[in-house]
Amino acid sequence: MSDCVRLTDVWKSYVPGTPVLSGVSLALPAGKTTAIVGESGSGKTTLLQLVNALESPDSGTVTVFGEPIPKDRVRFRRRIGYSVQGAGLFPHMTNGANISLLARLEGWSAEAIRARIAELLEEMGLPEDARDRYPAELSGGQQQRVGLCRALMLRPELLLLDEPFSAVDPITRVGIYEKFLQVQAQQGVSALLVTHDMREAVKLAQMLVIVRGGEIAQAAPVPEVLAQPANDYVAELLRGQLE
Amino acid sequence: MKGVGQRSIRGNGRFRRSRGLLLGAVITFASFSASLAAEPIRIASKNFNESYILSELMAQLLEEAGFEVERRFGLGGTLICFEALAAGEIDLYAEYTGTLSQVILGSPEVTEPEALNTLLAARGLEVLDPFGFNNTYAMVTPRAVAERLGLVRVGDLADHPDLKVVVSHEFVEREDGWPGLARAYGLTSAVRGIEHGLAYQAIAEGSIDITDAYSTDGELARYDLTMLEDDLGYFPEYLALPLIRQSLPAAARDALAPLSERIDADTMQALNAEVVFAKRSFADVANDYLMNEGLVTARNVGGGRRGELAANTWRHLQLTFAAVLSAVVVGVGLSLAAFRQPLLARGVTYVCGLMQTIPSIALLALFIPILGIGVVPAIVALFLYSLLPILRNTLTALTTIDPTLKRVAVAMGLSRREELRFVYLPLALPSMFAGIRTAAVISIGTATLAAFIGAGGLGDPIVTGLALNDTSLILEGAVPAAALAVVTELLFEALERWLIPAHMRGS
Repeated sequence: MSDCVRLTDVWKSYVPGTPVLSGVSLALPAGKTTAIVGESGSGKTTLLQLVNALESPDSGTVTVFGEPIPKDRVRFRRRIGYSVQGAGLFPHMTNGANISLLARLEGWSAEAIRARIAELLEEMGLPEDARDRYPAELSGGQQQRVGLCRALMLRPELLLLDEPFSAVDPITRVGIYEKFLQVQAQQGVSALLVTHDMREAVKLAQMLVIVRGGEIAQAAPVPEVLAQPANDYVAELLRGQLE
Repeated sequence: MKGVGQRSIRGNGRFRRSRGLLLGAVITFASFSASLAAEPIRIASKNFNESYILSELMAQLLEEAGFEVERRFGLGGTLICFEALAAGEIDLYAEYTGTLSQVILGSPEVTEPEALNTLLAARGLEVLDPFGFNNTYAMVTPRAVAERLGLVRVGDLADHPDLKVVVSHEFVEREDGWPGLARAYGLTSAVRGIEHGLAYQAIAEGSIDITDAYSTDGELARYDLTMLEDDLGYFPEYLALPLIRQSLPAAARDALAPLSERIDADTMQALNAEVVFAKRSFADVANDYLMNEGLVTARNVGGGRRGELAANTWRHLQLTFAAVLSAVVVGVGLSLAAFRQPLLARGVTYVCGLMQTIPSIALLALFIPILGIGVVPAIVALFLYSLLPILRNTLTALTTIDPTLKRVAVAMGLSRREELRFVYLPLALPSMFAGIRTAAVISIGTATLAAFIGAGGLGDPIVTGLALNDTSLILEGAVPAAALAVVTELLFEALERWLIPAHMRGS
């Protein structure tokens, strides 16, 4: 099992003297979903943004796809799907245009684009006519699924998910989980999910990384974390959210 | 109203000479000495009655002497006229000694033409002999009142403190107006302010007894008003005279010589009254006078004013379009260059805001030494006024884009150019559009000021109409300008519908 992302002794602070990440080392296995769980301010989003170079570490190294992050960020980032809370769809584009933006820039043929959009909409359980409508005409849950379609359009090797389900109501959320798990299984894409919801992490991920105050409290496969919490904080977190 | 049309038609010639192209300037310069003799003499006037008439008198005399004359009448006041003369944009206009010494030269003690010439020589300018009348401030009262109370001199008012003295607002305030006058003559009457145009009507109706006037106003004869003698010489002299560039050819000076000391105050009053009350054109009134005096032989045939509306509207649109279009290019360009750096963005907005605070006449006057008068400075001024709404709206829109969308745009792998093209600009478009719309509508209104520097447009009839107190002439400019503004609004609305998806449109 090779690693898709590896962080080695990463330090990061926005305000000098108050590190957000303090010497974090971490490896994400390829082809699996890793969930980073933590409370707000724990540094979990910073961790995610180090992976697609939205942030750069003060010290330590980040390697993605087995290499340091290359100079050509544009090419690099197109290998990584990105989905955020609230979907972040561009309101002036139809859903179809949102999903296909990168493919058009990559010079895909109209036919290939059309086919891929249809495939994604179906996989995500979205109506076909969603393509020609604007994001504002869809429900929050539908928008979130369009956001996932956009992230998956170029068949990325890695998917970064920054709390993408937290703004969706619980019932809709379960439907999206199903779709996500299907797609992830089919495509074998590596995924990094940032969430504060342990339930969601356990449902979607194979690996759990629990962060607290800029340090890793525990990083292990899900069954191992559930069976043997590394410390009181993890145990507390599991009890509080899963029971 | 023939004269107005004639003025505008002749005025159009100036646009062929409009500068702005460096090449043109170089060629002009190269052929400068060769073409000097063929250059027409450019006469300006300020935007009030008497100034138009005096300039028309001078223009017709020069034409009689065989000169080609270019009329740049109705410029926006003393500052514009003088700056244009000093910059060599015009060759002469009619000025007043009091205005020269107090306003232009800032030396109130210098009043005689010879002394003025000493000061003017440094700027290559000079005055010729006065026309022969003094158009100064005067206190006036109905003849009946003057006779009943035996009022002859200003000082006589001291014996009648109960008379109703109502003067123009400016005159109440100015230190060299009522306050100084009252001190000099020991007057104790209470004084109130009124709009100058209304004062004549009020005095005719007998609701006021005394007001201030200019001593050659056509209204004085019309309303049978008596001027009280300023025996203490409180008011400075405002002798009207030609103010010329020293380079004016001797033959042209000779042609103007017959006007020296020829027109007394009563004559000037009568000529002013002909225009204001008989509604005759400046050119006709001037021509009649010169014919009667045997100074010209040719009947001046002025063209009609019909068809001017279309030309004025077209010019108005040209000015506005050129200005707004360049403001869009520069405003959007600057916004794109500056929006990623908050400090720079604030600086740029601040500078543009500053432009907005410069009064239009001052801005135009500032331009004269660099850009001269006419179409180019008018467009530049409108451009500067259009810049702020476009720039501010665009910058604000670009800097307030939802941070999540910005993050997504970067994270998904858009280059900077792609970010702008596919995300930032389309998102800023509604607000940018609103800015352009505001700029266009404001420009259409502001473009009327182009008339102040002889650039034509719908301001032309407005300025002339204001000088003549001719409402229908004013409306001839104001109504189409308002209509243009409405049409522009509608056009932009349609364009917005077409360009921007419904849910992205503002209210």
